[in-house]
Amino acid sequence: MALFKAHYNLEKNSIALVIAIILAASVGGLVEIAPLFTIDETVETTEDMRVYTPLELAGRNIYIREGCYACHSQMIRTLRDEVERYGPYSLAAESQYDHPMLWGSKRTGPDIARLGGKYSDDWHVAHLINPRAVVPSSIMPAYPWLASAPLEVDDLSDHLVALRRLGVPYTEDMIANASQDAAAQANPDSAGAGGVVERYGEATTLRRFSGMPRLTEMDALVAYLQVLGQLTQAPYAAQPADTEVLQ
Amino acid sequence: MIARLTRTERSVAMALAVILLLLGLTMAALGDHDPMAVHGFMALGLGVGLVFAVGSVLEEPSPSPARLQQYYDDPIKVGIVLAMVWGVFAMSIGLWVAALMVWPDATFGQAWSSYGRLRPVHTTGVIFAFGGNALIATSFHVMQRTCRARLADQLSPWFVLVGYNLFCLWAVSGYLMGITQSKEYAEPEWYADILLVIVWVTYLVLYLRTLRRRAEPHIYVANWYYLAFIVVVAMLHIVNAAALPVSWTGAKSYPAFSGVQDAMVQWWYGHNAVAFFMTSGFLGMLYYYLPVRAQRPIFSYRLSILSFWGITFFYLWVGSHHLHYTALPHWVQTLGMTFSVMLLVPSWASAGNALLTLNGAWHRVRDDATLRFMFVAAVFYGLSTFEGSFLAIRPVNALSHYTDWTVGHVHSGALGWLAMVTFGAFYSVVPQIWGRPAMHSSRLVEWHFWLALGGLLTYVFALWNAGITQGLMWRTYNDAGTLNYSFIESMEAMRPYYIARVVGGSLFLAGICVGAANIWLTVRGARNHAADRPLAPQAAE
Repeated sequence: MALFKAHYNLEKNSIALVIAIILAASVGGLVEIAPLFTIDETVETTEDMRVYTPLELAGRNIYIREGCYACHSQMIRTLRDEVERYGPYSLAAESQYDHPMLWGSKRTGPDIARLGGKYSDDWHVAHLINPRAVVPSSIMPAYPWLASAPLEVDDLSDHLVALRRLGVPYTEDMIANASQDAAAQANPDSAGAGGVVERYGEATTLRRFSGMPRLTEMDALVAYLQVLGQLTQAPYAAQPADTEVLQ
Repeated sequence: MIARLTRTERSVAMALAVILLLLGLTMAALGDHDPMAVHGFMALGLGVGLVFAVGSVLEEPSPSPARLQQYYDDPIKVGIVLAMVWGVFAMSIGLWVAALMVWPDATFGQAWSSYGRLRPVHTTGVIFAFGGNALIATSFHVMQRTCRARLADQLSPWFVLVGYNLFCLWAVSGYLMGITQSKEYAEPEWYADILLVIVWVTYLVLYLRTLRRRAEPHIYVANWYYLAFIVVVAMLHIVNAAALPVSWTGAKSYPAFSGVQDAMVQWWYGHNAVAFFMTSGFLGMLYYYLPVRAQRPIFSYRLSILSFWGITFFYLWVGSHHLHYTALPHWVQTLGMTFSVMLLVPSWASAGNALLTLNGAWHRVRDDATLRFMFVAAVFYGLSTFEGSFLAIRPVNALSHYTDWTVGHVHSGALGWLAMVTFGAFYSVVPQIWGRPAMHSSRLVEWHFWLALGGLLTYVFALWNAGITQGLMWRTYNDAGTLNYSFIESMEAMRPYYIARVVGGSLFLAGICVGAANIWLTVRGARNHAADRPLAPQAAE
């Protein structure tokens, strides 16, 4: 056959072989990935989507550092049992500012895409310090040191700058006040508290998340966990009853 | 071994060691208050060590040109030893994380030992450190033998080995300190990613230069697979690792893509790390060591061609099957599913080609545990690829995704295929390059085989049951039309399976420990020259 004959010659030329491998291996990615950047419907438009506050971003980075994504997904699929167990299915818009996304691939613990507001701050703090104090049969690791580790806030402006370069709409004002906003969000009585609401919106939660006066990693992580699923209210508007997809 | 480099090569090695030393010093100085400094000190230490090691023999005379009449096997030896050391280490960590699922407080209250930080140590350790060193070492062996040519030079193989292992060390120690990009199977931070690109390009250039020297007109099929492994992994890594560091003096970076695009790039990478790292490279291994050990030619040359191009073309389409029913557009999911099913054809063509090669050599499979390792590997390759195509079908994935079934599937591939074929290849190559008639103890090879097989079966049966139970419990409704089980009930139901996994993992780990000891005993009793030589030696460089 001519095809095998052609191959007979191809396998005598290493450079041609490499080029053929590159060509064959490029098609799939080009067809599936490139359009995701150009087709507008890929990510829904939402009116109210906001960016993470510096404190929530710091909490997210702790979530990444500790590898929480290895056991918790943040992606509710369009399946009836998932919607009934966890809440409205996840929209692409919800993670549009997530560098990287944390959709996860395994549920050793439950999905937490809609965790925000489900439990009190006190519950989260107690649960993170010792999961088995709150859920006796839990197999989650304990993170007691989060409550004593001071939160690093000095370089948060640099983090916001990096994210803005990647396309997240942080303003000059947000960047200039990043460290101060992180502290103020966990201290609602402080002078800077008004600025946080002004910059990130009325829906932003200002609380002493860890219940302790000092700003710790616990404040940041709990602030992040409490904002999961709360950056936009779009998923909670009536979702289309797409019976074909929603099985 | 260093004295066997030429004087020029030693001088270049010295310069590279000094560069490494300076790089480490810079990272340590700049990364003040950042865990990156620790990685700087590691590079610094390695650089200093290499400066002394090379410096002590720098002025020795060059080795005689007679060396060019032989294959260059020193880096292969080091690569095999490193693979076994990493294997024992990474599988021990695997056993630990399996135990954490049963005894969650076995972290000793330390931050570095929590599940989330140890898990990537295990995955990177097994796939990239154990598997990667095995691939690099065997590729050096296979390319020389199938080309009947010596490696193109003596320095770049060392650059690849040392650089690659520094990458692995940075990766694994980084996770323990909390340095991670959180992208599964691509967790290392930006500077480790850059190191890997440099190492990988050197590897490709070395491979092509050696192919150029070949005394055979045709490039043997094993080399196609190793080439695809090197080329496509480079492609995947460069795209997926694109990231912007927060500052040049710290480890933290933000990946270039976000949300749904990041998810697609991640799983395009993730699934093809499985394809081109864990499949293509190891098929290269299988296509050389299995026919050699069975003393049978490959069953069908045409089947090799079809399966090679099928795998190289189809695999890149299937990553989206990790994202069924998610916010990824439906059409991409459908394409992923379709190509996943089609992928079964080239996958089974490869597995079938390997098994049919054994026709006429079944008595050897029965008597020779080394060949039996490769036979089981081919069988598990066939089973895992069937399972993979099956799990990629959307409604099946609705049940299996997010459960331990996926973990079971990965281990049927990683233990049953990747590790088994590696052990078979190592038991074939170790006596040859260390100049022994056979492994120190064939009984220990038997022991290793049965421990590995027992551990593998225990492990995958436990997790198949775990995953299916989990998936069913999550979607069970009661008569009132509400969900019947709370999440925590499904988690409690996992306990017996997680205990069984610990047992299976222990057996497999015991097996590789036996294997490592056996290899050590074989090496210790070694004569110091290889048993085979190129038939048509090349002229001097």
